[in-house]
Parts: sequence; structure tokens; C-alpha cells
Amino acid sequence: MARAVKTRTRIAYTVAAWVVALIIFFPILYTVITSFKTEQEAIAGFDLIPSLTLESYREVQTQNDYIRPFINSVILAIGSTILALIVAIPAAWAMAFSPTKRTKDILMWMLSTKMMPAVAVLVPIYLIFLRTGLMDTRTGLVIILMLMNLPIVIWMLYTYFREIPGEILEAARMDGANLRDEIVHVLTPMAIPGIASTLLLNVILAWNEAFWTIQLTTTNAAPLSAFIASFSSPQGLFWAKLSAASTMAIAPILIMGWFSQKQLVRGLTFGAVK
Amino acid sequence: MTGKTLRVLMGASAMTALAAPVMAETLTIATVNNGDMIRMQQMTAPFTEANPDIELEWVTLEENILRERVTTDIATNGGQYDVLTIGTYEVPIWAKQNWLAPLEMPEEYDVDDLLPAVREALSVDGTLYAAPFYGESAMVMYRTDLVEAAGVEMPESPTWADIRAAAEAMTDKDAEIYGICLRGKPGWGENMAMLTAMANSYGARWFDTDWQPQFDSEEWKAALTDYLDLMNNYGPPGASSNGFNENLSLFQQGKCGMWIDATVAAGFVTDPDDSTVADSVGFAQFPNKEGVDNHGNWLWAWSLAIPASSQQPEAAQKFVAWATSKDYTASIAEAQGWRAAPPGTRTSLYENAEYQEAAPFAEMTLKSMNAANTQKSSVQDIPYTGGQFVAIPEFQGIGTAVGQTFSAALAGQMSADDALNAAQSNVTREMTRAGYIK
Repeated sequence: MARAVKTRTRIAYTVAAWVVALIIFFPILYTVITSFKTEQEAIAGFDLIPSLTLESYREVQTQNDYIRPFINSVILAIGSTILALIVAIPAAWAMAFSPTKRTKDILMWMLSTKMMPAVAVLVPIYLIFLRTGLMDTRTGLVIILMLMNLPIVIWMLYTYFREIPGEILEAARMDGANLRDEIVHVLTPMAIPGIASTLLLNVILAWNEAFWTIQLTTTNAAPLSAFIASFSSPQGLFWAKLSAASTMAIAPILIMGWFSQKQLVRGLTFGAVK
Repeated sequence: MTGKTLRVLMGASAMTALAAPVMAETLTIATVNNGDMIRMQQMTAPFTEANPDIELEWVTLEENILRERVTTDIATNGGQYDVLTIGTYEVPIWAKQNWLAPLEMPEEYDVDDLLPAVREALSVDGTLYAAPFYGESAMVMYRTDLVEAAGVEMPESPTWADIRAAAEAMTDKDAEIYGICLRGKPGWGENMAMLTAMANSYGARWFDTDWQPQFDSEEWKAALTDYLDLMNNYGPPGASSNGFNENLSLFQQGKCGMWIDATVAAGFVTDPDDSTVADSVGFAQFPNKEGVDNHGNWLWAWSLAIPASSQQPEAAQKFVAWATSKDYTASIAEAQGWRAAPPGTRTSLYENAEYQEAAPFAEMTLKSMNAANTQKSSVQDIPYTGGQFVAIPEFQGIGTAVGQTFSAALAGQMSADDALNAAQSNVTREMTRAGYIK
């Protein structure tokens, strides 16, 4: 009896979870479906069965080159993530294992930089980029994206590092490991799940960033966010094309997320049992 | 230095200039994703062949992002763009700030061929600051079959009473046919374009000559009340989120009896490839209130301008002159037919018999554009210019705020009186803060 109830509750939970997941995923699914419709079908109203035409994809490709923004997106996402990890791992290490009275304040202060709307610093950053020749360059954007995501990266790594017993690091030190060895050979391997999920999350954030990547680029460094923005039209119905462009822009990150799902979930729930 | 030596020196330097290797210049052109603009990107071969030393780079952005992006760039003297796509709202404001380079067109460009209303809207003190790529006014587009079936008549120049009668006769909500579709989506360029033009045609004005907002006037009250009444009784459901594109979609699917909007829409709704009602669309002038000689004065032209910060103003000028020339129109007509020619900029296009035949909306478009007076859009005295907008920098902000209030009224969240009161106090506060009201 008890078992039957348990099974029933389980089924109910599973169904509920699927319903919620489908609701959340539906806009993306409908975008993909619309991308395989003709423009007339796209505006004709709600319909889940497309005519499976590739016309929109062809037109998107002739109207705007996909390759250049795609390569830019990859470089920006990976470049800014690696740079952020290089800065964040030592910072998180210092705060997790040698905390001072002010550590908490520093952490809060870092997070507070995320509380200001980005547009508030647009003009100063725009001017700095102009003067230093960073405007519309991938280098400039890698730096900006790294700075934007750095507080989150440090916070995440800090929470993971805190789960690692300090004694292990002490033991390593006793065995004669220097600071570099301690971070590279002892701490980092132990925190791999945490670092991996931070890395993945940062790649996703950098991939989807659509304020700075549009404001600070024109043609050379413009990534996929600018590519999508170019298909929105004030006068004219290009819904199928816009959907095709969106699908092309989110596909790589979606596939990457799919493959690294396990890693991502493990990292995000790391230490949650405590 | 004697005159002779000077001449020799000048000649020598000219030779050096000629001998210098031809450096390719790259023009960065910022534009929006409208059909005519996309067509231009695909049709630049004649220009690049004639000017092998000029390369073109396109930046296509969403309208509001483009405006924001370009404003930042010009305000900081960034020089990221050489050619900008902007409208009749920005041109006078930006030209007065010295943000745009004045245009000097070659003789064969034939500036006098530009439609007078458009030319005037793009000039400041007689100097042209942007060249029109395509232009629009507003007019009534209606279904001739539904009008006939309902037994009503649509005059060439209807009044708002005629519109109401036709909307009532055509509405058949069970069959999902709504007598009238108008913009309701909030925004200075969305519902406020429609409502400002409608208010103009009711004899209303945004400000009196002392910049005092006039939403407490009888004219505004009549305009907004009639708009809400029309839309609530004969409009489609959820109209408060309908903008140009949403109404275009409804009309093309045969769900609107009438649609009053930009003339450029006529090209879309009569296109048999996209529209299910292409062969039964009629056109009439923007309505007016009985006794008020004003048809809204809607005028917009997507235009090409050169920012003062451009590093290559001469090459940019060449491109602008080419893209808005008669030759360009002819090359589009040759490649894709006269229907595809960018409308609303040149008198010669409307005198062309082939165009008149291919575009059944040509005559009404021209009539509407010529009737638009952007220098004095209201029958009352006003301190501002602009047709369906007020050409002051603050209008984007206050127009959108008022648009949100009116959209809320359309959604049934507040009454017309409350919406007008809210608009009056909001605009008074903003105009005082901006220093217009002393």
C-alpha cells in the first residue's frame, strides 16, 4: 500500500516536472518550429506543424553572414571565461582560506557592482574604448565581459572552495608544496566540478550578453547578439527569418549545455547537502 | 612667391596626390531591418563597381538600439559610422546640435525633384541634412469587398464619422472581422504617432505657445474618447499590444475592415505573395473631424545622413547621393519591378506611368504626403514642428510615457479622463524640469 502511494506520488511529481519544463521550454521550441515555416505560415497564427522549409535559413545566410559573428561569439565566450578564471581562482582561494575581518565586505562590495544598471557606465566606458582603440575589437570585449561576470565567478568559486577542508591544503604545505603547487595541484583538481560549472555558466552568460556586445561593436567584433538584433524589423513581417536567426544563434550554446548537463547540475548543487 | 611658382607647386602636389596609391576607404553604414533597406544592401553592385576604392560595411540594428547606439557615438564624437539611417524626428534636432554634416548634392541629383514636404522636414534653415531613402504619410486602407457587402460607402476623404459608420457596418466579431485596426502598443513612434496625428485632425495640439501641455483641452478629450470608443466596439481583442507589424499581420489575414497607418503599408497589403486580401484593398485620405481642415499631418522619411564625426565625409556623400538618386530607383525597378521602388521621396516617381500602373496606392500616397504640413501640424498656434511627433529631444521620453497611459486606457485599466489627467500632469512636470515652462 505504502509502496503504491509512493509510486503514485512519484508519477505525479514526474508529470508536474515535465509540465513545468515544457512550459519553460515552449518559447524556444516554438521559435525553432517557426524557423521552419514560410513567412505567411509564421504570421497565420498558432500552428505546431511547420512546412519544414529551409527558405528562412537560406535568406538569413544571404542577408547576413553567420560565420563571422559565430566565431566572434566563440572567442568572446571562451576568452572572457578563461581570463575570468585566471583572476578568480587566486582571489577565491585567498578569501576562502585566508579570510580576514574585511573578507565579507569585499565580497559584498564585488557583488554590489552588479547592482548598478550597465547603462549607467556606458559613456565612460565608451570613451575609454574610443581613446584606447579598443572599440569594436575582440580584445576590448573579452575584457569587458570578463569584468562583468567576475563578481559572479568569484562568488561561485568562493562557495565551492569553502567546502574543501583547509587541512588538506595544510597537509600539502607540510609536504613542501609552494603556493603555486597548492593551487594548481591540490586545490584545483579537488574543485573541478565547481570550476567546471562556473566555467559553463560563465560561457553561457558571455554568449547571451546583449548590451555591451551591441554597444561596443560595429562590424569587426560583433557577435551573435548583434546578429539577432539585425533581424528585428519595425516595418515588415520577418518572423520566420527572425526565428531562424535566433535558432542559429542559440543552437551552439544549447547543444553545449545538453552535453555538459551532468557537470552543470553537479556543480550547481555541489555542497548543497550541507 | 610669384603666381607662377605657386601654380607649379600646386601642380606638383596634385601630381603627388595622383601618384599616391589608391587606398580603399571603408564606409560603415548603420541601418534598420526594413524591406527597402535590405534590398539596398543587395543592390549596391553599381555603386561599388563605379567606386572601386570604396568598400561598404553594413551594421543592421533594431530601430531603438540603432538610435541609442548612434546617439552615444555622435555625442562622444566616436566616428564609428559614416552613414546613418535616421528619420524626420532626429534630423532637425541633430542638425541643430551640429551633429550632422550638411549635404551638398551634385546637379544631376536634382534636389528639386524631392517631395517638398519631405525636403522641408529634412532641412534646417534651408540646408539639407539628410537625403530621403523612402517616405511615408498615413492613410486609410480598407477592404473594398467588405465595404461593398456592408452597403456603406467610403469617400475619398472621409471624416471620423464616416470611419465610425463604416467600422460599425463591417464588424462581424463571430467571423473574426473587426471594423477597424489601429495601433495601441505604447511608444512615441507606435500608438502616439497614430494618436498625435488623430489629435491633430481633431484640432488638438500638444502644447500652446507657452509650452503648456494641452491634454485638458476639449479637442484631446474628443479625440481620445472617440479612439477608445472605436477600438472597444469595433477593434480586435488585445489591441493595446498591437503596433504596425501586428496590425499588418491582422490586415493581411483578412481580419481588419480598415487600417489607418503609414502609407508604406500599402505595398505590403497589396502584395499577392504575402497578403490574402491583396486584390481588394482601397485607399482613402487620413480622416478629419467635421469642420477641421487637418488630415493628421503624418510624415516620416527614413533618410541617410552623415554624422559630423565621419572620417570620410566625401565618400559618404557619394554613397548617399547614389542611394537616394533617380538612377537607384530605376535600377531597383529594372531588377525587381516598379512595385519594389522605394516610395515617397521623389515627384518623378509619381509621374512615371509604369509606377502608377504597378502601384495602385501611388496616387493616394502622393496626395497624403503632399497634404502633410510638418511646420504647422495643428490648426491652433503651436511652438513646435513635426507632424505625428513633436520635434524636441524630450519627446521620446514624454511621448512614450503618455503612450503608456493611453495604452492602459485602451486596455480598460483607466478611463479617458484619468488618462488625460495623468498625461497632463506628467508632461507638465517633465516640461518644467526640462526648462520649457518657466
